[in-house]
Amino acid sequence: MHTMIETHQLNFFYGSFHGLIDINLAVAQYQITALIGPSGCGKSTLLRTFNRMNDLIENVRVTGRVFIDGVDIYTPQTDLVNLRKKVGMVFQRPNPFALSVAENILFSVKIHKTAPASQYEAILEESLRAVDLWEALKDKLHRSALQLSLEQQQRLCIARLLPVKPDILLMDEPCSALDPMSTAHIEELMRMLKVNYTILIVTHNMQQAARVSDFAAFLYLGELIEFGSTEKMFTVPKDRRTEEYLTGKFG
Amino acid sequence: MIKNPYLKEKIAFTLLFGATVLVVLPVIFVLFYIVKQGWPAINWEFLTQMPQKGMRAGGIFPAIIGTLYLVLGTLLFALPLGVLSGVYLTEYARDNGLTRLVKLAIINLAGVPSVVYGLFGLGIFVVFLKFGASILAGSLTLAIMVLPIIITTTREALDSVPQSFRQVSLSLGVSKWQTIRHVVLPHAMPGILTGMILAVSRAAGETAPILFTVAAFYLPRLPKSVFDQVMALPYHLYVISTQVPHVKLEIRYGTALVLLIIVLSLNLVAIIVRAQFRKKKKW
Repeated sequence: MHTMIETHQLNFFYGSFHGLIDINLAVAQYQITALIGPSGCGKSTLLRTFNRMNDLIENVRVTGRVFIDGVDIYTPQTDLVNLRKKVGMVFQRPNPFALSVAENILFSVKIHKTAPASQYEAILEESLRAVDLWEALKDKLHRSALQLSLEQQQRLCIARLLPVKPDILLMDEPCSALDPMSTAHIEELMRMLKVNYTILIVTHNMQQAARVSDFAAFLYLGELIEFGSTEKMFTVPKDRRTEEYLTGKFG
Repeated sequence: MIKNPYLKEKIAFTLLFGATVLVVLPVIFVLFYIVKQGWPAINWEFLTQMPQKGMRAGGIFPAIIGTLYLVLGTLLFALPLGVLSGVYLTEYARDNGLTRLVKLAIINLAGVPSVVYGLFGLGIFVVFLKFGASILAGSLTLAIMVLPIIITTTREALDSVPQSFRQVSLSLGVSKWQTIRHVVLPHAMPGILTGMILAVSRAAGETAPILFTVAAFYLPRLPKSVFDQVMALPYHLYVISTQVPHVKLEIRYGTALVLLIIVLSLNLVAIIVRAQFRKKKKW
């Protein structure tokens, strides 16, 4: 299996706080990898090192190396714009722009000028079909995206990423604002998308990790405690802390 | 102690409503009074003729034109400079002691008395840079006076754009400047235009900054270049109210009314533009 993301001795400091400690991780292409662990364990921080969104915070220091598709992304030459085109992100709260559905999808296309106006309709349909929204929204393309249900908004946010043609989708607790039905729908969507994308999902919901992921990484207090196939980890965890977390002793 | 929540509700409502009425009534009264006193003076000659008989008759045309030139000149300098530096301070400047000091200084500049700006303009633009008393010197002085307003409202408008919009945009591989240009500024535009409205009102209405830098006591002709002096409505109003004896009341109030109408209609333009921007946003 091709390795899409790889970290070597990755450390993350926020001021004097040591947020990630010696993380060594390899994420396989076209798989869903879940990052699990209790609140504050560093799973969101780890996710954000992969598209360097942590750069937006001041007082942050990263040591070690992160490779995306074989390329070190923590070098002075790293082009953040291209990195983030390659590594898309879905946020915890659905966050469509206060624009119409169509303008949300076409936002990146218009700015990056990746396609002429004649292709806009095709891009719209393709992106919305990929997240199963086309039938529901094809007559409402010019409605405000903020009028959609939360689930539709989150689907739209995923659809908005697709015209950028990323290889990797980072999902930071994408279902935490959604009800159980919508959560099930988004999980189904993730399984559909993994055919074409490498997906990393941060979740505090262990059932979700068990249902949707192929691999799981358990983080605790900034350390990667255990990493392996989800099935194995959830049935025969190697580390005592993993077992205790999975059985609900803490978290 | 009153225990009854319904009674408390009533008292609170009465207080809040009463305060609002006390604020609104004087404004209505002032407007009403100026319109009532000034309206008889308003006619085509008054708006398009030069003043005559020591400003006791004729029109106020040169003062109207002068004020319009000054407002335009002020915006020409202050708007781009203010908005750009507001964007820099909010989006790019690191949050350190120096930045905070600069921001604080700008807020405080808004509170400097306008006559101080007038003296500053006299020293720098009229004397040192040798622009003389001119439209250029007056516009620059007024521009410096309204810069803090524009910068502060621009910053507030930018701050009110949700941080998540910036994050999403950046996460889509959009550069920082493109994010500002395509996401942040369109959202902040109504707020920025509000700042422009405030700046226009201030620039059109102030007397002290133009007193030494541009305003002519009596100049019954139109300016030929930016190095000419002009008459301006607020100074003209001051002159005919205090310096020239026996000016008819209706001419004085007519002048005030024209000044009001100019400021209000400039505001109206900005309000219409702002409404257009708001319509594009689909909250």
